[in-house]
This record gives sequence, C-alpha cells and structure tokens, in this order.
Amino acid sequence: MENLLQIHNITKIFGEGTINEKVAISDLTLKLQAGDFVTVIGNNGAGKSTLLNCIAGVFPLDRGDIILAGKNITKIPEYKRAKYIGRVFQDPLKGTAFDMSIEENLAIAAAKNKSRGLQPGLTKADRNDFREKLAMLEMGLEDKMTQKVKLLSGGQRQALTLFMAVIAEPKLLLLDEHTAALDPSAAEKVLALTEKFSKREDMCTMMITHNMKDALKYGNRTILMQSGRIAMDISGKEREDMTVEKLIEKFSIDNDRMLL
Amino acid sequence: MMTLTALLGAIELGTIYAVLALGVFLSFRTLNMPDLTVDGSIVTGMATAAVMCSAGINPYISLIGAFIAGACAGFMTGILHTRLKIQAILAGILVMLASYSINLRIMGKTPNIPLTKSETIYNMADKILPSKYSGIVIGLIVLAVIILLLYLFLQTRLGFVFRATGDNEDMVRAAGVSGDNMKLMGLAISNGLVGLAGGMLAQNQAFADISSGTGMMIIGLASVILGEVVFGTKTLLRRLISASLGAILYRVIISQALYLGMESSDLKLVSAVIVAAALYLGILGEKGAKIRKRRGQNGKSASNS
Ligand SMILES: Nc1ncnc2c1ncn2[C@@H]1O[C@H](COP(=O)(O)OP(=O)(O)OP(=O)(O)O)[C@@H](O)[C@H]1O
Ligand SMILES: [Mg+2]
Repeated sequence: MENLLQIHNITKIFGEGTINEKVAISDLTLKLQAGDFVTVIGNNGAGKSTLLNCIAGVFPLDRGDIILAGKNITKIPEYKRAKYIGRVFQDPLKGTAFDMSIEENLAIAAAKNKSRGLQPGLTKADRNDFREKLAMLEMGLEDKMTQKVKLLSGGQRQALTLFMAVIAEPKLLLLDEHTAALDPSAAEKVLALTEKFSKREDMCTMMITHNMKDALKYGNRTILMQSGRIAMDISGKEREDMTVEKLIEKFSIDNDRMLL
Repeated sequence: MMTLTALLGAIELGTIYAVLALGVFLSFRTLNMPDLTVDGSIVTGMATAAVMCSAGINPYISLIGAFIAGACAGFMTGILHTRLKIQAILAGILVMLASYSINLRIMGKTPNIPLTKSETIYNMADKILPSKYSGIVIGLIVLAVIILLLYLFLQTRLGFVFRATGDNEDMVRAAGVSGDNMKLMGLAISNGLVGLAGGMLAQNQAFADISSGTGMMIIGLASVILGEVVFGTKTLLRRLISASLGAILYRVIISQALYLGMESSDLKLVSAVIVAAALYLGILGEKGAKIRKRRGQNGKSASNS
C-alpha cells in the first residue's frame, strides 16, 4: 500500500556556520500510511516540533524531500501546504481569530479548499452544518456560535481549534502538545476528540506529547526522537506490550515530567 | 456655542474625514498595523482628483481616480513591508516621503491647484439642493455607500480571512491563505479610502495643496478611537459607523474649540495630545482593558486596606 506521508532523509540545521549551529533534524526518514496515528515522544530539544514544522513548511529544509499524498511538497510555501495539513499547537490562542465569532472562525477553516472571493462568508446552510457538527464536541458551542472566541475557555478553544483543523478534511493532522496547557479533564476531552477525528481513513495523524501514558494509549504507533533522529519506532504487538515503566527504563528518559 | 452654519460646516467636513477614518480603521484595527502612508496618500488622492476635475472629468469619476491613486500608494507600502520585509511603520514613512515627489508631479509641479472654476460633487449638488445642506447630504450619501460596500466586503469569504489577519496571522496561514497577500490588499483598500477622502476634501475646499497631509493619520486614528469610546464596538457594522461618527464628532469638537478661542495653529498639537492620552488610557485594545481592570482591582484593594 502507498504511503500517505513520506519523509526522505530530511535534515534541518539552524544557524549553519555560526557558533550556535544546531542540527535539529538529522537525516530523518519516516513513512506513514493512511489511517496511521503516530504519537511522538522525546526529550526537550529532541527536534519534535522542528520535525512537525518541517512537514508543515514553516522553514525550508537543508536536505531531503517530503511527499504527501503522492505530491512532493518540499518546496511549496507553508500557506499552500496548509490546504492538506491541519495543525494544533500547545497555545490555545494560536489557532483562532479571537475577535471573531465561533461561526466566522469555522467558516474560515471550512473554506480552506474553496476559492476565496466575494462569495458570502457564511450562509444559512453553513450555519446549520456547523451547528450540527459542533454538537459532536459536546461542549455546548453549538448554542454560542455568534459569540466571540475570546470568551471561550482554553479547553473549549482547543477543541474548537482541533475541529477547525479537521473540518476541511486534511491529509495530515499535526498536533504539538495540544493538550499540555489544559487542565486534566479538558485535556482528556480534547484527546478523546482527537481520537475520534483521527479515525478518518484517508488521513494520518502525528501527535507530540510528553505524557507517556497518552503516548501509548492513543494511536497505533509511537516514535521516540533523540537529537534529531528517530531512536525508536514501535507499533503492533511490540507497542501493546510496552509499558510506561519499560519505556522509561529502556531509554533512560530522566525526565520527571514524562512519568506523569 | 458655535453658530448653526459653523456646526453644519463641521459636520460636512466630518463626512469627509469619516472616509479617512474608515481607511485608518482598516489598517490600524483590522490589520493591526500603524500605517503612516496615510499622510501621503491623502494628498495623492487630492492631487489626482484636482487634476482630473480641472481637466473637466466628471467629479465622481475623479473620486474613483483618487481611490485608485491612494490604493497604489498603499500597495507600495505593502510591497515594502511584505516582500522586502521592512517594518510596517518604516515602510509607511518611506512611501509617505516618496509620495511627496509623486504628488508634486501629479500636480504638474505646482504646490497648489485651485478648483474654483471646475465642477465638483459639491457645486453639482448645490444645483439640486439648498446649498446650506447640500454638502452634508452628498457627503452622507458617499459615506453611506462606502460603509455599505465595506460592510458587505467584510462579510465575504475574502473579507473573513482579511479580518482574521490582524487577529492571528498564523491562523490565516493555517487556513491556506497568505497573510502577506491580505496585508497587501488591506493596505491598498485602506489607502484607497484615504485617497478618496483626499479627493472629496480637494473638491470640498476647492483646492489641492501639497502640504495638507501632515497629521492626517493621527486625525484618522483620533476619530476611530473617539468613535469607539462614544459609540461602541459591539458589532462589525457598529464599528464602521462608530469610526465614521467619531470623525464627525471630532470635527465638531475641533470647530467648537476654535470657536472658544483655540488657535487653529494649535490644532495638530491638540490632536496629538488627544491620541497620546487615549493610547495611555489603554482605550486601544485588549491589553488596555486588562490594565484598566487590574488598576480598578488594585484601587479597590488599596482602599480596603
Ligand atoms: N527557529 C529556530 N531557530 C534556531 N534554533 C531552533 C529553532 N527552532 C528550534 N531550534 C532548536 O532546535 C532544537 C530542537 O527544538 P524543538 O523545538 O524541535 O524541540 P522539541 O523536541 O519540540 O522540544 P520540546 O519538548 O521542548 O518542545 C533545539 O535545540 C532548539 O533550540
Ligand atoms: Mg516542541
């Protein structure tokens, strides 16, 4: 079966030739199949966010190619790639326009693959569609669609951002510690939604987390990053047999945060 | 209190400054960018409209010309900012500086073009309406059309992403749209409106003057802020109307102050003080609201102890 996402020998060096030179991603290769949900773990500075940024096109690569759904996207600018990629970050403020209403935010996200001209930004049909879909989040957002996003709680916002990331049916969903800023119950809710949305057959998901339990609980594959490389890649039986303790023991991850 | 004629005059001028304020609203509020191009593009609009009017072109067509000329200035600022990565404020200053030379060229190297013999939207209106009110009526009609068009535009798909750009450019990019292109478009439309206001101003005062742009951005800003404070910001349409009414109110206040004996040469100082005070009081934006709230709480706890 064809891989949905192929990352071939990519390298990303920051500050090349300066004393601050940092090889953030080093000759990394990774292939994801449609339907894959990969959790990404690793110490601070291991290069997890950089990997996701490379895939999303935030900065140019030094070497290597990225192929998504059969299309080489290595040189495509970030905003154009975004048509096939949904992203959610740790900061709940990053994903929404705070001074616009929930429905307006959704309309912007939903129009990702449509032409953006002088068509009405929001039709009655859109509204009904959004109301129906928002109800799936079970956060009561469907009753406050005209409310400005800045009035929402962090958890509500992050759920909305996640929803906005998948509403236009991307090929790839990139999540960078998207529940790290939430309280435990909100985090759990957003993770449950993540799992639900990741079930789409023609998409794959990558989720960075510092929570080892979540890393094993969600998804079908886990990779561990160390200094810009993939140090471990487990799935199937091997992953089922993995425990948080064994993970920590095996890779001597001396990071207290990860035990939690 | 000033005379009725003076009041009507102030309102008439206010309808023109309202168009300027809408332009400033787009850059300053919607794009969240202080754009100093305004001081240049308003004269570009004046010059263009004056040259077109004195060549016998229909004064309404001249206003469209003024819009396009202003938009070109804004577009240049946008190019400097988004493509050459020059800071927004500096890009605006550069274009403001350059536009001085361009404006002089448009005006045929004379610093002043009189329009006393040309047809303008104002003396056209005088023919059908009592001249006391004709200027206000025509100003309000132009203003209403602009507010309506702007409102409709901001409700389109393109308008939605444009509005989001000032809020959160990351989100706009994530939605598959180049924030840079939105800024480019916004600066063009914003300065187009400023140019249009310049064209109206030239026709209203029956001359174009090369040096009349100084401080226009601040006057626009003062109008926007005044409008927000007095008339509110609840909905998008409300915000557009508030900015416009703010401009009219600002003219009325200035005209009353002049009546009470303020020197007209102090006008710019007063405008600057008003805007500085508004900025300090944190009327601008969210942060201000938070600071005010905190101050309020501190005040309370201090008085409790
Ligand atoms: N824009 C940048 N410019 C320079 N160096 C960078 C940049 N982004 C990341 N780095 C460096 O690259 C390395 C990898 O950083 P990255 O943010 O990818 O780590 P991470 O695995 O996401 O860590 P964390 O768990 O703390 O989020 C770090 O040493 C970091 O300092
Ligand atoms: Mg990171």
